[in-house]
Amino acid sequence: MKTIQEPTAEMIKDQKIYAEWGLTDEEFRMISEDILGRLPNYTETGLFSVMWSEHCSYKNSKPVLRKFPTDGPQVLQGPGEGAGIVDIGDGQAVVFKAESHNHPSAVEPYEGAATGVGGIIRDIFSMGARPIAMLDSLRFGELDNERTKYLLEEVVAGIGGYGNCIGIPTVGGEIAFDPVYRGNPLVNAMCVGLIDHKDIQKGQAKGVGNTIMYVGAKTGRDGIHGATFASVEFSDEEESERSAVQVGDPFMEKLLMEACLELIQDHQDILVGIQDMGAAGLVSSSSEMASKAGSGMVLNLDDVPQRETHMTPYEMMLSESQERMLICITKGSEERVQALFSKYDLDAVNIGHVTDDGQYRLYHHGVKVADLPVDALAEEAPVYNKPYSEPERIQRYKEMADFYPTITDASETLKQLLQQPTIASKKSIFETYDSMVRTNTVVGPGSDAAVLRIRGTQKALAMTTDCNARYLYLNPEVGGQMAVAEAARNIVASGGQPLAITDCLNYGNPDKPEVFWELWTSADGIATACETLGTPVISGNVSLYNETNGEAIYPTPMIGMVGLVKDLAHVTTSDFKQLGDRIILVGQTKPDFNGTELQKLQLGKIEGNLFDFDIQKEKTIQDKVLEAIRQGWIQSAHDLSEGGLGVALVESAFKESFGLDVAVDMPKEWLFSESPSRFILSVKPEQVENVLALFNGDAVNIGEVTDTPTVRIKTQDQQVTGDINELKTVWEGAIPWLLKSKV
Amino acid sequence: MRFAVIQFPGSNCDVDLLHAIKDGTGEEAAYVAHTESSLEGFDGVLLPGGFSYGDYLRSGAISRFSNIMSEVIRFAEEGKPVFGTCNGFQILVEAGLLLGALQRNKDLHFICKNVELNVENNQTSFTTLYEQGERLTIPVAHGEGSYYCDSETLQVLKENKQIVFTYADENPNGSIANIAGIINEKGNVLGMMPHPERAIELLLGSEDGLRFFQSMVQNFAKETTSV
Amino acid sequence: MYNVKVYVTYKESILDPQGEAIRGAVHRMGFDEIEDIRMGKYFEIKVSRQEDRAIEDTIETICDQLLANVVMESYRCEIEAVKETV
Repeated sequence: MKTIQEPTAEMIKDQKIYAEWGLTDEEFRMISEDILGRLPNYTETGLFSVMWSEHCSYKNSKPVLRKFPTDGPQVLQGPGEGAGIVDIGDGQAVVFKAESHNHPSAVEPYEGAATGVGGIIRDIFSMGARPIAMLDSLRFGELDNERTKYLLEEVVAGIGGYGNCIGIPTVGGEIAFDPVYRGNPLVNAMCVGLIDHKDIQKGQAKGVGNTIMYVGAKTGRDGIHGATFASVEFSDEEESERSAVQVGDPFMEKLLMEACLELIQDHQDILVGIQDMGAAGLVSSSSEMASKAGSGMVLNLDDVPQRETHMTPYEMMLSESQERMLICITKGSEERVQALFSKYDLDAVNIGHVTDDGQYRLYHHGVKVADLPVDALAEEAPVYNKPYSEPERIQRYKEMADFYPTITDASETLKQLLQQPTIASKKSIFETYDSMVRTNTVVGPGSDAAVLRIRGTQKALAMTTDCNARYLYLNPEVGGQMAVAEAARNIVASGGQPLAITDCLNYGNPDKPEVFWELWTSADGIATACETLGTPVISGNVSLYNETNGEAIYPTPMIGMVGLVKDLAHVTTSDFKQLGDRIILVGQTKPDFNGTELQKLQLGKIEGNLFDFDIQKEKTIQDKVLEAIRQGWIQSAHDLSEGGLGVALVESAFKESFGLDVAVDMPKEWLFSESPSRFILSVKPEQVENVLALFNGDAVNIGEVTDTPTVRIKTQDQQVTGDINELKTVWEGAIPWLLKSKV
Repeated sequence: MRFAVIQFPGSNCDVDLLHAIKDGTGEEAAYVAHTESSLEGFDGVLLPGGFSYGDYLRSGAISRFSNIMSEVIRFAEEGKPVFGTCNGFQILVEAGLLLGALQRNKDLHFICKNVELNVENNQTSFTTLYEQGERLTIPVAHGEGSYYCDSETLQVLKENKQIVFTYADENPNGSIANIAGIINEKGNVLGMMPHPERAIELLLGSEDGLRFFQSMVQNFAKETTSV
Repeated sequence: MYNVKVYVTYKESILDPQGEAIRGAVHRMGFDEIEDIRMGKYFEIKVSRQEDRAIEDTIETICDQLLANVVMESYRCEIEAVKETV
């Protein structure tokens, strides 16, 4: 038999083994002297190292997260549980959360993305909700090298592979490309679920003597130290350390999901609490369940179902094997739970019980291998107020003259912009996702937001993910406001009232004051926008250390937003519906080019001071757009974003190959300005007056939808012309062409 | 008419079939677990789409050993209607109730979108409410839907008018002879890759699939009254 | 000429969901004595003689970079020299 020699407590201290696991000298001193009054053994040191990692404890980001508004009359559950919950009336609620899986996806893109999807789905059904939709937000380097193409193709295959198999439609998302993401792609997944208020669960273990049961897949040595791994910056030399790969099994998760939902819906009399074994697996789920309830816990590790032989307590507690859940049930009801899970061919094993002394005790082969105060582990990680300072570039950008593009042929510029991968159609990607399964998808991928009806009601949910990180790079605070505003614009354009947001805060190394400043100030912007728009932050996730060889990504706080469509009649899409409909431009267009797609196209980089944004004005305009939609005046609505008015106009015409005849009182360059707070609406001729009156000077009728497939946009100094089908071919073909072309 | 919707571990379009029957046709439908051994009291059997057993090994390969499948085979042998869509089609093929095999899509990618179908045979008990040659808009969502059979089998399928649906404009998966759906020689077992159960209401984009299920109901009613 | 056979399987510590599902099916078929099934990929490769590099190096490079994902898979090769058939 293989024997494993674990370092002694003295060796851990003297050789500073704890430092390799990410604990600082001071943290180790706190554990030894303040908490335990003795040296922690190998297993205990491991438990602290993962529970006190940024990923589990948010020790660096907590002061930032405190800025966010988390309350509102609609909020049933804010941050702190598996996912947030928002009331949508009729005894129903929507549950949602987003999570990043950036580091695992950089190592093994297929499995990294797949297990990211699997993890966020577990967060939703552990609350008691039926997952109804997936969205994702992806960032990659430019598609000019084989590695990035491979990453994109594998990440997309992993998202589809998991979501398609488990049978939850992937209905929306966004993908953007910038060189800063080359070594550090971002893979953020968001899951939305539906629940009846009576089924809402908490991850808690209370009631002395109640049983802790382990359900789902067996434990292997997968992803040990994945959680601390996510908190360490990459460098090429460390490539060999990147082997903590977890393999997802969507089939297992489908069974686990159905079994857990049956347990929650039909056996509430015996169910005390339920939680996903996510990052830091068994230790984090069990200690958090005990700590939240003010309880203690005893676990017998010999009973943990194991896939491999000779696993140590350290390995079992830290394993990140997928598709596992921990449940707490009333003592004596074990057989009922086992009978239920065996119907689904799943393990359900009694591995411990709840105590009332606040201690967390683990036994293995009859030996007590850990004995710790559970609150110290789960709640009392130190919180750091990191120093921050404004990066040098910000002042430099403020002093720069504003960028103004040079355009000789605006028709050609439009065609070039349509081929930029961030703007180009993502159809070839989203068609590999099942967006329709469970037959509730009213608006699938490709419009401003996805819309799913709620069966048996007249209501629907609109959902989107957004973030323009280039704006944040130029000005994190204003860019943070804009990210929330754009998400809300997408919800409103689809006929929904924004309800709340979730986020994935993706940043570089927070130990650098300049990076922490980006996080700190962008959170101010997000908070302001959330307060103004009435959309509290109900859940989220922080992913730091997104750097390769010292280069940080752009500050990228992905915003996932859900809105309520009160009546299916309000569901609105972005494409033109009928020839003769009038096209109305809402909002002010100004020469705003810093940080735009056009600046990147012309300069190969972005720079300068970010243009002005007025969140109050944004709110006013959004309210009016929603009002116009609810009045039944609006045929189509599309928010203006990357590529500005020119791109938005042709995007609206693509689906049905309509033409358009438009005249605007602005220079040709302004067609591609990205001034915020703007929409394109199409309305029937007889409604034009109503709509213009409602917007009271903030909207102008710029032309109409035609049946010849020709684009005509007249500006002050040039007429843009083009064939809509030709432009569509270019727009749809850009990404497949880039993926196929050889470097 | 009372339909059984078979639930294999990993089926995920079971709920869509149930709604298509209940909300679309107003008939009765109930789930039947893969572990059951009887179809007593049911007049039609529906095998749903999804990823039974994760589609591991080959799509449908493990499901055909389920307890319920021997009963489904017996049910089919009695001449009662059996329909499989997507993964259900794959299971029917693996179980030998339909000819041929389903391979990975020619471009190796999963594909989900609306496609145009031609009705090649409106004389089956599943298609009488369609016009011969009618074009339908019905979604596909699969990674292994490229229908294959040898040339002799193809000849047989053609001669017996067993090819019921073909892809009209674009063949999304590389199926031989653009085949989207086939029926057995007896005319009571039909399998197809597209999802008619996803096309029963205009709100979601198409209602062209509704008449498929209505045809089944109407022909069942005719048969039972004529007996 | 060489005939090369390459077997690629998940490393021992990596979960093999397909193998697990197949093992379950085999048990339902009544073969309870089957303890474990691991599923892998099998390649048959024909290689002509190359003067300037060793066949082992060629195959190893192909396996490392393409056939196996060495992050989670391992492989094993059988190389057999055969007479040229004209």
